[in-house]
Amino acid sequence: MNDSVNLQLTRRRFIKGVIFSGAAATSGAGVYLAANAQSGNGGMERLITLTINGRTRRVDVPPTETLANTLRYRLNLTGTKIGCNRGECGACTVLIDGVPNYACSVLTHNVKTKQVTSIEGVKSEDGTLHAVQQAFIAENAPQCGFCTPGQVMSAVALLANNPRPTKAEAAQAMSGNLCRCGAYEHYLNGVLRASGQIA
Amino acid sequence: MSTHIGFDFTPPDVPGKVTGEIKYAEDYKREGMVFARLLTSPLPSGRVVGIDAREALRMDGVLGIFTADDLPPVAPPGNPALASEYVSFVGQPILAVAAVTEEIAESAIQKIRVDFERRPFVVDPLESLSPGGANAYPEGNTLVRTQEEGPEGTPISGAEIRDIKWPQSAIDALRAGKEPVGAEFTTEWTFGDLDAGFAEAAAIVEEPFVTIGYPHHSLESRTCMAYWENGKCYFHGSSQSQSANDNGLARMLDIDPANLVFINEATGGGFGSKIGPYPYMAISGNFAKRLNRPLQLRITREQEFYIGSARSGMQGWIRMGVKANGKVSAIDLVVVNDGGMTGAGSGNSSAQHVTVAYQPENMRFRGISIYTNTTPRGAQRGPGQNEMAAVLAPIADKAAKAIGMDRVAFRRINAIDSDGFQGGGQGPVTSAFVREALDQGMRTFGWEEKNALAKQNGSKVRGLGVGIGYHGAGGRGYDGLVRIGTDGKLYIHSGVGNLGTYSYAGTCRAAAEALQVPWERCEIVRGRTDKHLPHSSGQGGSNTIFTHTRTNWVAAQDAIAKLKEIAAQDLGGTPEDYSIGDERVFATAEPSRGLSYAQAAARAIELGGKFSGQEYPDDINPITQRAVQGLAGSGLIGVAKDNIPGEGQPPGILVGFCEIELDKDTGKLEILDYTAVADCGTVVHPKNFENAMRGGAVWGVGLAAFERHVYDPQNGLPANTGLYQSKPPTYLDVNVETKMGAVNIPDPQNPTGGRGIGEPTQGAAAAALASAISDALDGHVFNTAPTTTDMIINHLAGNDYSTKYLKTNTF
Repeated sequence: MNDSVNLQLTRRRFIKGVIFSGAAATSGAGVYLAANAQSGNGGMERLITLTINGRTRRVDVPPTETLANTLRYRLNLTGTKIGCNRGECGACTVLIDGVPNYACSVLTHNVKTKQVTSIEGVKSEDGTLHAVQQAFIAENAPQCGFCTPGQVMSAVALLANNPRPTKAEAAQAMSGNLCRCGAYEHYLNGVLRASGQIA
Repeated sequence: MSTHIGFDFTPPDVPGKVTGEIKYAEDYKREGMVFARLLTSPLPSGRVVGIDAREALRMDGVLGIFTADDLPPVAPPGNPALASEYVSFVGQPILAVAAVTEEIAESAIQKIRVDFERRPFVVDPLESLSPGGANAYPEGNTLVRTQEEGPEGTPISGAEIRDIKWPQSAIDALRAGKEPVGAEFTTEWTFGDLDAGFAEAAAIVEEPFVTIGYPHHSLESRTCMAYWENGKCYFHGSSQSQSANDNGLARMLDIDPANLVFINEATGGGFGSKIGPYPYMAISGNFAKRLNRPLQLRITREQEFYIGSARSGMQGWIRMGVKANGKVSAIDLVVVNDGGMTGAGSGNSSAQHVTVAYQPENMRFRGISIYTNTTPRGAQRGPGQNEMAAVLAPIADKAAKAIGMDRVAFRRINAIDSDGFQGGGQGPVTSAFVREALDQGMRTFGWEEKNALAKQNGSKVRGLGVGIGYHGAGGRGYDGLVRIGTDGKLYIHSGVGNLGTYSYAGTCRAAAEALQVPWERCEIVRGRTDKHLPHSSGQGGSNTIFTHTRTNWVAAQDAIAKLKEIAAQDLGGTPEDYSIGDERVFATAEPSRGLSYAQAAARAIELGGKFSGQEYPDDINPITQRAVQGLAGSGLIGVAKDNIPGEGQPPGILVGFCEIELDKDTGKLEILDYTAVADCGTVVHPKNFENAMRGGAVWGVGLAAFERHVYDPQNGLPANTGLYQSKPPTYLDVNVETKMGAVNIPDPQNPTGGRGIGEPTQGAAAAALASAISDALDGHVFNTAPTTTDMIINHLAGNDYSTKYLKTNTF
């Protein structure tokens, strides 16, 4: 199954999930409002176990809270950025079982059985940066840097599935990550560098 | 010989960006922090009649509301943090609610009842100028400068909102592409003899044009967090600038700037919308003070669309006269700006672009900026210049064609050089080498070779374009501050903000170069006021490279002078007998006799006075004075105001060449090649230069082909508040490798040779793309920015619906 199919399925799953829970996740405000209205209702267990960056975390999460909010505001993993909070920009991209997903468009309760990797979990435990991170530094790829964690996550997922992508394949795979500074070419060069195609 | 300038390095914040460890304003928490949310206007125009927050205030966890009554009144066309008497656009903040959680604050917003009184509204400037047209404010539709006679005949300058209407004949003429005879303007200037210039012309081109404003869409919305301790306000804000915020933000908070600590490690984009303190900062700081709690006001994506500012639009007309030899003899320009609710039109900057790009022998500019009930407008990457570049390029192509001249040759004949001028005042420039840039670009792009190729390939047609981008690129008179520590390291204190251009780091290299300190022995000190940062310019207007390589250079020169004085004092002779190198100051005639920088710093502390910051120059800014006071006694201090002599504006100029393939069946265009060459003096940091060039090209594509405000004219409602609907270019829209170069001739008024280039990178790309679209369609001039796919396909179908009447801010 390729990345784009997974992304579509994930967004569809998210929408179905929102409909099921009665929340309207059209904006950040909507999610918060829904979270408040739903908290404590519906008989759903709030205290859940998540596996984030290889570590098991017990977290008290309302059933309508998004993964982006849980990561940032409950687990203090602020490397995941919220640029739009409505599935448009990709700044909040994380890996769920290795597949890139917009964390703003995934309900935390839906990843209880999944392996979640955020930007904080990309480098090795000894602190060695991932090849993508090293390549992005070498290419001076980030500009303002706000989209960069999401770009890193998409690039990591791409190279895991396609270790030597063409530039066009890389552009396609990362096209869900908006960069308002327009550093696309630098990120693509970073992907090619990380895959050993340029030095 | 350069050691730092012109070489690549990794700015110190890059690793934190790829690991997610660097902090933006919204990433900070504080013990006891509470959360505020905004209630915004659903109306494009009106006033608040009443607010009933009783039910919200009874909710558990709600701490209070904050309204316009809690802040000093702001009269139109000021942009108030919170509106009451003048609600002037959909999405304008009306009040804020604070609660112990963001969820409760948001729920409380839903329980507040606001009664409004509606007023007429307008989203199209020409509609407002028409007889009987609605005004954005009850007082009128434009700002007029006034001058009254004060005491003892002293003139008092002011401004007031007035209602200006044009005769219907003038509106009709402009919409039909003719001069709006009988129209009233608020800005006018002329140089030369316009009539004589047109009389000399072998060809005259006359065209209307419209450019549509659009939001900055900074990916980090302008969330702020503030708290107060011991009378000081600690303020986490998203800003392009650092020290340039100090005085304005302190005024908003009604405190002495010495009691403000502004913290801004990284900023998620600004593009002109976050140069200085923005009105909404007043809410976080003052609400936090009232509640005596740390308070975070998080701004949503939709709210960022509303309050995050936008580029002004234009409806205009131009007449260009060209002599047989290609020289532009006369230009007559009319610009009606769409100033949104703030009236921030940039017509004069648009006219300035015309002067630099074509150096007309005679020119007249007439402009007026009209308020509309759309979002606040302000500086956006090359404001005025870049949108003018986009619509002007095809018009210039038409003029070149009229006299049978190659389009690049036409630009070359009219190119500015070091003796050229900019603006209506025909002010000088520090240097300019645009002909060299055009020649280099032509060769790299293969202009002549590509022109010789066939244009048509089935339903697809190739188009070639050339464009020029320009922006003033440098300031003077700011301060530099460096410290040599007793560890021998060079600490470069920078009040420059980190907006993602890395100019904060590039400019610090000037101090390292002057003092000949290896980069790994340098540390940039920045990011929060209490790190003792000097007075710096705002990070806007492509100025930082010129402005702050100079400030860091002069601070380093001051440090060098002190090093030599200390050496002479301790080791004999005069300061002139000493040199620096290898992190030492030593006798030129006897290099073994000297002091290491570490030793000299220790001696500076012992000597005190000017050597370690107890004394400082009289002419440095109070912000720098405070910074030096904070550093006093901690090392050898180099501090100086940039008094480097010189005059004229340092220009940043870029030329772009674009090749596209346009599908006549679908209107879709693909960029096949883009080449850009900069005239920005010495390139300070090559890798980052590439970043600016590529990012600017993406922005140019957005300006020329995609991005625009869309409002429902019947209800004044914005239709594209999200990113997808607004269409900033994505990876798939700009899948072309930018080829780039630089003339790389040092600017004589900068010791390190550099000028800025950030903004023209967009203008040149937009102009080159617009020129290429026109070329692909046999010279058809759309006169619109953006020229979207629907406009192209409608033109090909013989339907002028999408481009007629100079309509703006609508479908």
